Amino acid sequence: MNVRLIFVLLWLPLVSFAQGFAGLGSSSEGFELPETNPLFQFPFDDGSHPDFRVEWWYLTANLQGDDGRDYGLQWTLFRTALSPKNYEGWSSPQLWMGHAAVTTPDTHFVTERLSRGGIGQAGVVIDPFEAWIDEWIFSGPDSNAVLRAAGPKFAYEMALSATGPRVLHGADGYSVKSADGQASYYFSQPFFKIKGILQLPLGDVAVTGDAWLDREWSSKPLGVNQTGWDWFSLSFDDGSKLMGFLLRGDSVFTQATLIGEDGTPVAYPDGALSAKPMKQSRVAGRDVPTKWRVMLPDAGIDIVVTALNTQSWMDTSVPYWEGPVRVTGSHTGRGYLEMTGYE
Amino acid sequence: MIAVTFVAFLGHWRRNPLQLFTLLAGLALATALWSGVQAINAEARASYDGAAATLGEAQFDRLVRSDGRAIGQDTYIRLRRAGWLVSPVIEGRIGDVRLIGLDPLTAPGKMAPIGLRNINDLQNFIGADGGIIAAPDVVLDGARTDLAVAPGTAIADVGTVQELLGRHGEFDVLIIIPEQPLDQVSLEKIAPDLIRQVAQGGSDIGRLTDSFHLNLTAFGFLSFAVGIFIVQSAVGLAFEQRRGTVRTLRALGVPMRFLFLLIVVELLGLALIAGAIGVGLGYLIAGFLMPDVSATLRGLYGANVAGTLQLRPIWWVSGMAVAIGGTAVAASAALWRLSQMPLLAGAQPRAIAVIAGRGAKVQAAASAVLLFLAFVLALTADEIVTGFVLLGALLIGAALGLPIVLRSVLDGLVHYSRGVVASWFWADTRQQLPGLSLALMALLLAMAANVGVSTMVSSFRLTFVAFLDQRLSSELYVTVESAEQAAFVLDFVTPQVNAVLPIMSAQLHVAGRPTEVFGARNHATYRDNWTFLTEGQTPWKDVHANLAVLINEQLARSTGLQVGDVVNVGEKPLTIAGVYADYGNPIGQAIIAEPLFKTLFPKILALRFGLRLPPEDVGALVDGLEFQIGLPESGMINQASIKAYSLVIFDRTFTVTTALNVLTLSVAGFAILMSLLTLTVMRVPQLAPVWAMGLTLRQLGLLELVRTVMLAVLTGVIALPLGLALAWVLLAVVNVAAFGWRLPMFLFPWDYAQLGVLAILAAGLAALWPALQLSRMRPADLLKVFSSER
Repeated sequence: MNVRLIFVLLWLPLVSFAQGFAGLGSSSEGFELPETNPLFQFPFDDGSHPDFRVEWWYLTANLQGDDGRDYGLQWTLFRTALSPKNYEGWSSPQLWMGHAAVTTPDTHFVTERLSRGGIGQAGVVIDPFEAWIDEWIFSGPDSNAVLRAAGPKFAYEMALSATGPRVLHGADGYSVKSADGQASYYFSQPFFKIKGILQLPLGDVAVTGDAWLDREWSSKPLGVNQTGWDWFSLSFDDGSKLMGFLLRGDSVFTQATLIGEDGTPVAYPDGALSAKPMKQSRVAGRDVPTKWRVMLPDAGIDIVVTALNTQSWMDTSVPYWEGPVRVTGSHTGRGYLEMTGYE
Repeated sequence: MIAVTFVAFLGHWRRNPLQLFTLLAGLALATALWSGVQAINAEARASYDGAAATLGEAQFDRLVRSDGRAIGQDTYIRLRRAGWLVSPVIEGRIGDVRLIGLDPLTAPGKMAPIGLRNINDLQNFIGADGGIIAAPDVVLDGARTDLAVAPGTAIADVGTVQELLGRHGEFDVLIIIPEQPLDQVSLEKIAPDLIRQVAQGGSDIGRLTDSFHLNLTAFGFLSFAVGIFIVQSAVGLAFEQRRGTVRTLRALGVPMRFLFLLIVVELLGLALIAGAIGVGLGYLIAGFLMPDVSATLRGLYGANVAGTLQLRPIWWVSGMAVAIGGTAVAASAALWRLSQMPLLAGAQPRAIAVIAGRGAKVQAAASAVLLFLAFVLALTADEIVTGFVLLGALLIGAALGLPIVLRSVLDGLVHYSRGVVASWFWADTRQQLPGLSLALMALLLAMAANVGVSTMVSSFRLTFVAFLDQRLSSELYVTVESAEQAAFVLDFVTPQVNAVLPIMSAQLHVAGRPTEVFGARNHATYRDNWTFLTEGQTPWKDVHANLAVLINEQLARSTGLQVGDVVNVGEKPLTIAGVYADYGNPIGQAIIAEPLFKTLFPKILALRFGLRLPPEDVGALVDGLEFQIGLPESGMINQASIKAYSLVIFDRTFTVTTALNVLTLSVAGFAILMSLLTLTVMRVPQLAPVWAMGLTLRQLGLLELVRTVMLAVLTGVIALPLGLALAWVLLAVVNVAAFGWRLPMFLFPWDYAQLGVLAILAAGLAALWPALQLSRMRPADLLKVFSSER
């Protein structure tokens, strides 16, 4: 059997069945659904929410090496539940998937892990916080966290410390994803300072930089006709940050959060943000936009976002594009871009 | 006009339904032959692959506990969390069913059941009420069946199997995924009680089975060649028969291009119909033969093939490709010939011979080039691809050369023949040769293929029997799990047997190749039963003097080592005293004396023993071991029953081979029949004068029969060396390239004689009907030939 195939079917865009990207628009029967006016509690909400169907701990970092080159790094743990019933041991319906990547200007390393829940091979605990799958971990308090992952061709070990608060997106963390009202709980910790060592085929590289953690969980985050998204998490040189996404479907649905230097969020409704592809690149046999013009006129933002490495393709069970970007224009800086649903 | 022409054109078939039948039947038979062999091949391969993948044992390195006990789930989690990508497997039995538990999320891609195709399957497989996927022959309540599961086996999630067997938190084996991450903690630190067993890149069984598959593939290849020739003659025939119609239509003003189009459309339609019938027929043939193939594989190699047949799309595709492709090739040649002929010359039968004379030179040159290529490749080929190119060049070269050889033989016979009738007979035969040559080529290929395949299969059997005798020389083999159990068993058996031969081995590198080194006890069993491919003066004596080593053919071939060379085993330099055949083994093997083995590898203890005792006492000893010592039945192998079973089943291979032989020869015979049927009608103008000069129709018919049989004999004489060359290529080139060992070739004159008789019988039967037709011809029809002469 091809396990990858199952995950593809599990997560991935059954566009023809109109269930949105990665099955995220499929039925949520029996699972809990996000409600408006959430009140998050920490550290509780750093942990997992098994009553919801899908959830992720998603960390990306823009790095600079002691060799003067730019690098990007990704560490992601996905959880998905086959059913809302909860059992322990091998009967657990929880499945876990880890993705790790390192991007250099000319190469993109990717690796993936899959695991059952209920047996200790993967999971998330709080107090002290630890998210893990196999030997990969993301652990410790925001002030002093450790991040580790390895694949056949690369490995990294990083130390992180947050220099600002968590940021809630949408309405206090209730992030609407379609005009029909699909939504998820969504918050970020965009203020991590990160440093450590990348082990690459050509040797070790010491790196420092900024990391951004996204936390999101839901049971049906996408509308049935939404087939993919383009997601920007950008850190400007003036200290402010921008999270913005376009959900593609019958029509385009956008949301944005402008984050002040002190972490104060300003949420923008559908239509305030616009992003237009400026250049396509041939990636893994398909055309993917790797240069964008992103505008948020209400905040005076008119920028060009360019991929560090156009070939940042995540050749995983659920394939997608994820890589570091540079920002020029009205604001300068760097960040990460994620694009899904490009066939 | 189009419709009228089309009706006129097709009208030919209405007036000659027999010709339509021969065309369809020829195409269908060729397709059936090809798709039948392919079906058997594909099915055997698919089932075997599925079964092998389910077990996953040979493909991947594994971790097991050194004391043979179960591995705890905590150890598994500890390994995963230390960066070891391993996947748990638990195994047990419920009644007769072998139950395997695995984790679909961590199992390597090819190991888990193919039946888990989507999220619903996964949902039904894992979890609190996880399902079971079983082989079709397994009866288990609530189990879903899947052909990809090995016969006698059922598969479920590890959790489900732990539950069913009442073994919570336990595994038997951890499969090691081939690609591991950087920064792994060493195994000794995480799980010191686990040892790593290295995959052998396919088990011995798998390799032998692969060899059998390769032979079947070669047969498929040969049947393809035969099939193409038959399609060629069937289509060619259809053109010859309708030459008159074409001439008439053209004379009436129908443009040649339009006629071409008409012919193409019509042939395509016929090819589609015949191809579909052929694939269906092939399926029936395969279904008929399948149980035997399945039994052959199971008995011979212990490999399991599910005895049921699935209609796979690939047969349709390849079967239709043979029908349509063959028709296209044949038709383009025939159309080209048609277009080259003068408008009104088309209806003259002699025209074929004249035109054929022109093509003969080209054909002779092509044949010479191909045979030369085959000669060069025979000396140099060392890869599978070149081996198959060699096969192709040899076969096609020989087939193309056949008419030329036959022609020169007939030239000689014309020259030396005495008497009017003899002279006419030889000359007329020569004149007929172009029309018959395609059918004769098909006969040549069919006979050569049969000689080649028979030789190969029989050689395989002889070799295998000798190999079994050599390797299974002890009457009973016993496997124990620990040193304590070994001591216990030895105490029990030693007084009851003539000799105990410990089997101990170590994995190391010899001359840079992974090699399994065995320590052999100094006993007559080895001296009496082992034969060598090459050997020194006193191989066993030298070995037991701790001076020499015996190596297998694979090691010798891969390193270029020969008898007399010195090689290091561990630290010890030893002279090679003999090279022995080791069929089916993918890696190197070496044998040294038991005392030397114990010095070099003091930590390795023998856990397997060969026991020599009178065969009649085996049963009692097995009972004793089972009931008094408690050794499980699976730990004992009774040599005699294995050998007997293997041989009984092996002989079923011959059922398959014989059936395929009969089939190919019948198809070739059919081609001859079709050719003769055409020629009979067209030859009336040539026979009429001979009849008029006094030969009776009965004599003429008899001569026709003699002629065909004689041509078949001549073809057979050429087919025999060609078949032997074919067998040689399969055994000495293709097999060596594929598996690193050469199968010795034996000759079986009696088999060839039988084949020869069969072929002549097929040709004779094919000629019988046309000959009868001829002898029953009305004198008026013959007289008509003269009616237009002035």
